[in-house]
Amino acid sequence: MADIATREAYGRALVELGKKHDFYVLSADLADSVKVEYFRKEFPERYLECGIAEANMLGVAAGIASTGTPAVASSYAMFTAGRGYEQIRNSIAYSNLHVVIGASHAGVSVGEDGASHQCCEDIALMRVIPNMTVISPCDAIEAAQATEAALLKVTGPVYLRLSRPNTPAVNPEGYQFELGKGVVLADGKDVTIVATGLMVAKALKAREILKEKGIDAAVINIHTIKPIDSALIAEYAKKTGNIVTVEEHSVIGGLGSAVAEVVCEQAPCKLTRVGIPDTFGLSGSSDAVLDYFGLTPEGIAAKVEASL
Amino acid sequence: MHKEAFLTNEQLVALKEKAKKNRLLSLEGIYAAKSGHPGGSLSIAEIVTYLYFAEMNVSADNPTDPCRDRFVLSKGHAAPALYAALAQKGFFPEEEMKTLRRVGSMLQGHPASLKTPGVDMSTGSLGQGLSTACGMAIAAKGNYNVFAIVGDGELQEGQIWEAVMLSNHLKLSNLYVFVDYNKVQLSGPTDEISEVLDLVKKFEAFGWNTEEIDGHDFEAIEGAMTSAKAKVGPTAIICHTVKGKGVSFMEGSAKWHGNAPNAEQYAAACAEIEAN
Repeated sequence: MADIATREAYGRALVELGKKHDFYVLSADLADSVKVEYFRKEFPERYLECGIAEANMLGVAAGIASTGTPAVASSYAMFTAGRGYEQIRNSIAYSNLHVVIGASHAGVSVGEDGASHQCCEDIALMRVIPNMTVISPCDAIEAAQATEAALLKVTGPVYLRLSRPNTPAVNPEGYQFELGKGVVLADGKDVTIVATGLMVAKALKAREILKEKGIDAAVINIHTIKPIDSALIAEYAKKTGNIVTVEEHSVIGGLGSAVAEVVCEQAPCKLTRVGIPDTFGLSGSSDAVLDYFGLTPEGIAAKVEASL
Repeated sequence: MHKEAFLTNEQLVALKEKAKKNRLLSLEGIYAAKSGHPGGSLSIAEIVTYLYFAEMNVSADNPTDPCRDRFVLSKGHAAPALYAALAQKGFFPEEEMKTLRRVGSMLQGHPASLKTPGVDMSTGSLGQGLSTACGMAIAAKGNYNVFAIVGDGELQEGQIWEAVMLSNHLKLSNLYVFVDYNKVQLSGPTDEISEVLDLVKKFEAFGWNTEEIDGHDFEAIEGAMTSAKAKVGPTAIICHTVKGKGVSFMEGSAKWHGNAPNAEQYAAACAEIEAN
């Protein structure tokens, strides 16, 4: 699949899935941005425009799902995990309803819109909710398969974290997404870089930089943040004795915290969290903002080198 | 039971007895739990009784029937009244009421769909239930009706009006919302906290059909439902009710929003309900 955004792959996947499976898709005046516009055009009778009212959209999705038909509720990460936190917890997750929250524009790569739209807290907010599955795909092929898994393999609530910018393909054609299973993209013996979402491609580039310096880094893609692949993380903690997590999310509560929880309990080792520090984002182009926070191959490589 | 004619005297007497029993069961649970919300449970006794015994197509024999009518108690703190109705309807033994709010009970402090047979939606956090009822009404595709009860104080939650707006936009004729307009919320009279003002005008301004009735009068509830069913779009039935209805020392009092009676008060409350 070409280098397209995960939100784009999600939007296309919903159309394909809609041809064979019955489910509703809801959005809150952002159908075009979050790419459910494709579904709206193809299946208008199963698309529900909710207007600028995300809390209600999530509740409506819960009501639909309670009747046995899954519902996909889509908006930005900020306005689902953020604004709709309690609706997700109480109306959806408490009853273990099959609602897929398609949360696009996650993290700072939203870019120009600035901090009000850059949700760097959503993984933390979602993974703490019982019954919730949290998926953060790294490229288009994975996003498409994650969308399918969220609708066909999971029976409870799913938070699907999607991004705005185009993303280089990480996985080969023929890749098979397996819910809850981390993917070792490159093996290594000196250090393990554990990344998610957009940061996976950058971690692979960081590995190349490190290689030139004689550092042999493993790279693992953790697409399912909950339930996390604790066995794989513990294995690499033992094998390399040093883990660096990389995410486009606050270093508090996200992938870094989830990995730290596994490592501390199962295989204590050195651990460094790379992500957004405890601060808000800012306006700028997607690349410029990621660069500002050091979320580049060079920035990641520097953090990895410093951890050795 | 879907009726063609008006309630007969016999039916009316039976419904009144059911409502009386509903109040006694609510108080039994709250007294046993030493906690709960008697005021708002007693104020909806007639509405819940009417829905479960004269209106909704639901049966304990087929609790997951996909074509059953749905009920959402958006003001989830009135759970005892819902549980009482479900027990009376045969979803579980009335004895369960004594376990209300206890560890291991199927009867949680607020409705929990995974715990209690017959509960269609988990509620308790105010303002959320109407949205879920709206979703059910959309998914019904003409197969069933959806009923919700919201509190007047609950109308202070903004999400209610998001749901009200969308339900009108989609012209959900199978959605019926009862507003338990008992005029008192936890901290005091609703109009002293954040006025709800003219609810008929409010709902009509949002495009809804409205009915305004005495929420303790079965014939008025029946009349409102009959009228509502003939109309296109969602209907709000503004029910003037009395918080703590049926127990004089609880009536109209914010003190009894969320307090359980002691033994003496419980005995007096039961005696008064039995006598009426």
